[in-house]
Amino acid sequence: MTARAPVWAPVEYTDVVELRGPLIVVRTARGVGWDEQASIELETGERRQGLVLEADHDLAVVQVFEGTAGIRAEGTRVAFAGHPLRIPVGPGWLGRVCDGRGRPLDGGPPVFGAADAAVNGLPLNPTLREPPSEPVLTGVSAIDLLTTLVRGQKIAVFSVGGLPHLELAAQIAAQANAGGETFTVVFAAIGLTHADAATVRDTLEERSAAGELTLLLNLADDPVIERILTPRLALTIAEHLAFAMGHHVLVVLADMTGYCEAVREVSAARGEIPARRAYPGYLYSDLASLYERCGRVRGRPGSLTVLPVLTMPAGDITHPVPDLTGYITEGQILLTRDVGPYPHIDPLSSLSRMMRAGVGAGRTRPEHADLAAQIVAALSRARQARELAELVGESALGEGDRRHLALAEAFTRRLLAQRGDEPRSLADTFGRAWEVVSVLPRRDLTMLSPEALDAGYRERR
Amino acid sequence: MGTVTRVDGPLVEIEGLAGAAMFESVVLGPHRLPGEIIALRGDRATVQAYEYTGGLAPGQPAERRGAPLSARLGPHLLGGVFDGLLRPLGGVGMWLDPAAPPARTDDRSWRFTPLAGEGRAAPRGTTLGSVESGSSPPYLVLSPGGEVARIRPAGPCPSRAPVAVVGGVEVTLEREQPVRRALPYAARLPEPVPLTTGQRVVDLLLPVSLGGTVAVPGGFGTGKTVLLQQIAKWCDADVVVYVGCGERGNEMADVVAELGELADPRTGGRLADRTVVIANTSNMPMMAREASVYTGVTVAEHFRDMGYDVVVIADSTSRWAEALRELGSRRGALPAEEGYPADLASALAAFYERAGRVTTLGGATGSVTIIGAVSPPGGDMTEPVTAQTQRFVRTLWALDRDLAYARHYPAVSWPGSFARDADAMAAAVPGGAERRGRVSGLLAEAERVSALAELVGAGTLPPQERVALLAGQLIAEGFLRQSALSPRDAFCRPERTALLADALLAVVDRCRTLVEGQVPVARLEQQDFTPILRAKEAPEKEIAALRDTVLAALEGSR
Repeated sequence: MTARAPVWAPVEYTDVVELRGPLIVVRTARGVGWDEQASIELETGERRQGLVLEADHDLAVVQVFEGTAGIRAEGTRVAFAGHPLRIPVGPGWLGRVCDGRGRPLDGGPPVFGAADAAVNGLPLNPTLREPPSEPVLTGVSAIDLLTTLVRGQKIAVFSVGGLPHLELAAQIAAQANAGGETFTVVFAAIGLTHADAATVRDTLEERSAAGELTLLLNLADDPVIERILTPRLALTIAEHLAFAMGHHVLVVLADMTGYCEAVREVSAARGEIPARRAYPGYLYSDLASLYERCGRVRGRPGSLTVLPVLTMPAGDITHPVPDLTGYITEGQILLTRDVGPYPHIDPLSSLSRMMRAGVGAGRTRPEHADLAAQIVAALSRARQARELAELVGESALGEGDRRHLALAEAFTRRLLAQRGDEPRSLADTFGRAWEVVSVLPRRDLTMLSPEALDAGYRERR
Repeated sequence: MGTVTRVDGPLVEIEGLAGAAMFESVVLGPHRLPGEIIALRGDRATVQAYEYTGGLAPGQPAERRGAPLSARLGPHLLGGVFDGLLRPLGGVGMWLDPAAPPARTDDRSWRFTPLAGEGRAAPRGTTLGSVESGSSPPYLVLSPGGEVARIRPAGPCPSRAPVAVVGGVEVTLEREQPVRRALPYAARLPEPVPLTTGQRVVDLLLPVSLGGTVAVPGGFGTGKTVLLQQIAKWCDADVVVYVGCGERGNEMADVVAELGELADPRTGGRLADRTVVIANTSNMPMMAREASVYTGVTVAEHFRDMGYDVVVIADSTSRWAEALRELGSRRGALPAEEGYPADLASALAAFYERAGRVTTLGGATGSVTIIGAVSPPGGDMTEPVTAQTQRFVRTLWALDRDLAYARHYPAVSWPGSFARDADAMAAAVPGGAERRGRVSGLLAEAERVSALAELVGAGTLPPQERVALLAGQLIAEGFLRQSALSPRDAFCRPERTALLADALLAVVDRCRTLVEGQVPVARLEQQDFTPILRAKEAPEKEIAALRDTVLAALEGSR
């Protein structure tokens, strides 16, 4: 994160001796360092960027972000920067739309910054981490009430293919705020289709125009290898905004499944021994090096919240990508077809591990944690009742079970269902939540204190 | 002095290291990154680097250190937070930059009290003196063996200054200790003595002995980390070594913050003062994660040798095994199951076998208990790390996703877990064997009947089986479920555990008797059991009264 004068690559051209998948092997004149930044110049004058994957005597294996299509061994020259990849950082990124490597797509000039930073980042000293304890309000009722995002947390959105997870991610990115404090969004689109990217762009237009957003777009037909860079760029920009400038920053990474596939592609090209489903054995470390860049720092304003969004291939939560993600993130928001209307959030399988620290008096509402627990417990009972009803028929259900089914109905209709362009205030969300629990008689609400019930419970007419 | 010839992430090859030994430490490149030799061929060495190697290039220098990977042990450990190589994280910068100059050395002074006399023999492992460190157990300086030629008088003493000369060897408060070799002891003690964890499901049903080994497998979201944190906070060990190997940074921050705030119920001081935290989080260097479990056990053995009971908590061993796998694949080692190296089982055994309750060289009794979390990919309990780990542990606490989804914590699955020394330990407590037998018997019966009830519906079962279901529910809710957030319930003394279990057993007994006396079971099922279910939140002396309230109400259903 240190400011320094622009570093120009020592111009040193070397021979290409081998081309394979996204990799080129070059013979260098001197020892090139591992993970060093490389610049590749084609005969046509076109320039591409790469990183050193392996340095062996005078040979360097370089992964080319734009891919190797069109590169010939003859006439192609590679120069090395003498250090790992760095990008400029600073407020210049705000309001900009760039490609997955940070080059403008909005017709503006290239982004400059007073400082630059290594895209790989450095691990944050765990003793200087401040445990997250304040909410990010997304304006999405089901999230704000039941799986509250906490500033500095990382929480994943898991979805099955075909559900509107991108719409939800974009809605969160468009609406999220930190209750009046400076709030900024960095949205990294990773391997999205043109149609999806257009939707995201539209949804975020207002925020972008307000200078509160950086949008990085790596599209599905952009080079696969560039995908490895996009989230790192996003996080490097965000780290500076959060920890040097004191913003509350939300980074959305969508879709991480596309990212992991790109990592697998490079791994296969290198001939590495595959682990689960041919993903490399270091996928956990690799994902951790991204997700762990969230957090808050003791004694500094600002926070970095990370929201990875991913599709579970074939809806399988045990697939390596969601599985490893779940082990690193602090909770998940699970979208399922079983839950009817948009946003399709399954309240029982979704969980925010940091929630308890981020809600309550002075943060959201005093009764927040108890109210959320009460609703989840009631929905869980309703689910059991529904399973029972399928076996024995609804008429055979007891009165209590029937009341819980009514609560689940009210929950879906009044609280969960929400339009994609509808930001809900916390007051609105809580009003709806009380309406939902009030479907049950007061004596059933054992998880709420009498004071909370006095204040919020609505007798049914 | 050698020369780097190849860099592939943490795998570095070096030429010109004649005379180097396997597992010798080396420093690499201009920033002197630490590494360790893992293969030798002629004067060419393969090294695993413990830091990010970005910028390290062929042609740069590499230097032998002449010693294996070692950790600095001393009185500074208690209350501190360290990385996987046991370098202090307190006082270093916000970003952990391997290229940054090394942190300043710790030059604190400690209050030393001599406990051995000059001119006397001090056999190896006996106490030469002690150091006060806040409210934590005194740090003891042990003898390397020999006659005490000189010893420092009582008073402040810097870490690196000699405190004694014994058998011609200078003894300092701190020392460097190789981490991959177990510290020696005189003898292993066979009879199991229970470690009290304060978690009822563990202490009554699935106990662990001092010097025992536990594996805690659980998919994500099953509450592994919370359970381990609870044990770190409340178990009755003298010293707790908490190793976060490849886990979440925010959770480590939480552990550190909570330990700093909480009071130790036994000493009145801070819990942190009896805790050593090794925080090598998931984005810190992967190979230091591999080393971190060994540094953790080495610290534990160091305190064991002072005669303390030490608990090592490793969260999680799966991440550690992944580091082994990652390096194996870079090295081109032939993969065995799921890409893990063929020596995975040996590596796990080498870690867990360092647990034990022993007579130390100096004649004291001390123990190292190891509790290792396992994160099975996809929750698959047959995957290699989970399956192999089960072979080497005496106790298994399997965490269950269904329990966790029902918000039943700790989500320890009683049918899926085991404790091989449970009977021997229960027998040592009056009535313990019977209590444990009855509770586990009731749970097993309820498990069997509930499988049946799912097929035919609970209403159609005979009365005795419905009582079994009821008993299972009462025990699960009123005993096994324990709230980590409730000040009264977070920790449960063994006496209180016994009281609660007996109260519930009495209620179950009464239900049985009533049903035998032809009282309709539906009437019992509609009883209000809330008082006994809330007994875990009540003061201890009220438990009997709550039990009697329920018993009296039951009597009224006749």
